[in-house]
Amino acid sequence: MSGLKYSKDHEYLRIEGEVAVVGITDYAQAQLGDIVFVDLPTIGKKVTKGGELAVIESVKAASEVYAPVAGEVVEVNAELGEKPALVNEAPLSGGWLVKLRLENPAEIETLMDEAAYDGFLKTL
Amino acid sequence: MLDRPAKIEGPDEAPATFTGNRALDQEEPLLFEIGRLDATGVDVDAAPQVEKRLGGLERKEAIGLPGLTEPETMRHYVRLSRKNYSIDAGLYPLGSCTMKHNPRINEKVARFEGFADAHPLAPQSTVPGALELMETLAHWLMTLTGMHAVALSPKAGAHGELCGMMAIKSAIAAKGEGASRNVVLIPQSAHGTNPATAALLGFSVRVVPAAEDGTVCAQAVREALGPEVAAIMLTNPNTCGLFEREIVEIAQAVHDAGAYFYCDGANFNAIAGVARPADFGVDAMHINLHKTFSTPHGGGGPGAGPVVLSERLAPFAPVPFLRRDGERLEIVEHAEGTESFGRMTAFHGQMGMFVRALAYMLAHGGDGVAQASKDAVLSANYVRASLRDVMTQPFGDRACMHEVLFDDAWLKGRGVSTLDFAKAMIDEGYHPMTMYFPLVVHGAMLIEPTESESKASLDLFIATLRNLAQAAKEGDAKRFTQAPRYAPRKRVDETLAARKPVLRWSAA
Repeated sequence: MSGLKYSKDHEYLRIEGEVAVVGITDYAQAQLGDIVFVDLPTIGKKVTKGGELAVIESVKAASEVYAPVAGEVVEVNAELGEKPALVNEAPLSGGWLVKLRLENPAEIETLMDEAAYDGFLKTL
Repeated sequence: MLDRPAKIEGPDEAPATFTGNRALDQEEPLLFEIGRLDATGVDVDAAPQVEKRLGGLERKEAIGLPGLTEPETMRHYVRLSRKNYSIDAGLYPLGSCTMKHNPRINEKVARFEGFADAHPLAPQSTVPGALELMETLAHWLMTLTGMHAVALSPKAGAHGELCGMMAIKSAIAAKGEGASRNVVLIPQSAHGTNPATAALLGFSVRVVPAAEDGTVCAQAVREALGPEVAAIMLTNPNTCGLFEREIVEIAQAVHDAGAYFYCDGANFNAIAGVARPADFGVDAMHINLHKTFSTPHGGGGPGAGPVVLSERLAPFAPVPFLRRDGERLEIVEHAEGTESFGRMTAFHGQMGMFVRALAYMLAHGGDGVAQASKDAVLSANYVRASLRDVMTQPFGDRACMHEVLFDDAWLKGRGVSTLDFAKAMIDEGYHPMTMYFPLVVHGAMLIEPTESESKASLDLFIATLRNLAQAAKEGDAKRFTQAPRYAPRKRVDETLAARKPVLRWSAA
């Protein structure tokens, strides 16, 4: 098991202590196609669960990334400014988007684990 | 089928030419890369000697203006224009854009000097004909929509949206609800301009999910409504090319909740002369004169997006507007003493588009406008029925309105994407259809043939798409992934172009 948590909007969450790393899944990056720009939030921004966290622009479309849980942005992946392709190449590692300080850790339980997410993908 | 050679020698295999041209497919350098700086198409007298008063700020180097003779200039622009695909060159199936034929009578009338040479600052008493044309156009727009008033000044569709939503915002403020009503409902399938308009006016957007059949159901709207909702922005027919069957019920629910109904009129071409938006319960709707009433995309020039308004929104219409006082027509320029929300544009709108749209309406008559709408729907359904066995429809096999929507389910596992399929259409000499829109449909291909095409023209288009679909299914992915091969520029690296755009020319 990867220990990642997933939303139905294809964001993932990796818990590192009080902070959660948020990115988009491999399925999401494949659907978007080549990513050309990532618009990240400012540090300190507070987001609600389901609120807009970032915008990813690919050759196909501009798509919102929603916050899978509520929290405060404590760090963003500055490397994406120069290399947005990282989201395509390594969505789960180097292509992470934002680190959130969780407002309500209990919200994690509303997300899917890997097995549930894999099952969800099969229904699409 | 047309008798064609099985394989046309591609340009890549053809011998190179000295000029880089391929007969009439000609290379075209930038204006700055041809000519000489000292050449000019006109004789200009040497500047008179004057005392310099710029205190050393005067320019000391040449600024690099291009220098071409008149024939060179003419050739440059004529060659560029020949690279442009237009409705005058071929079928243009760009869904949602309504690329219909622009009748030449429009152009003849638009060039009458009384219209073409009128200046917006000319005294109103000198342009009574132009004012009367505006009044007649307004009459037609109100009659076709059943609405109470029309604001002619907005310059295009999105500008019209802004105008209509500003009228709604003003009406809400006038009721003292300006602070509490700050949410606009927008369906998932909406044009991107709808949420942009709402956001520009400080509203937040609440998305109404699409039902399984691609339309918006009244129940979903009811669930999204509340005392904080200012308006709904809904397109009918919607961007999936489907008629919103519950629109009357939706309008009723919106009004019951104290909100307003903004209708995006981009797809009015499907219903003009057949159904009236006022009967749906619409409060405001823009009309793209440059789609519905010919001159697609404004003929490369300006568009025009008049907004029709319901009786309760009419007082808030922007200035300038036309007012008739007995025999006398005048343009009201100032908002003082009215409830108008103010001014959006310097002048009264796009006169050239007014002339063309009215010429189109008068040439067709009311029955002709209705016939055009019906023919547009018939054309789209003919394309749909002729392709449904080789392509897939996202919402099942049901009649569409003026545009037909396919998805990419039929391409799954073939190594060909919607983008590749569109590129292959370029090789066949067609402008691609709208792709990847609406966003609610995976790999969307939105085809709007319009009423302009003859059956023979539609048949050739259909045969071409069937042939391409067959090739995709037989595994000829190369024909798609390497397309276009017969265009002046071949497959462009879109990722590189977006990631590292070269936006400025610089001398080598």
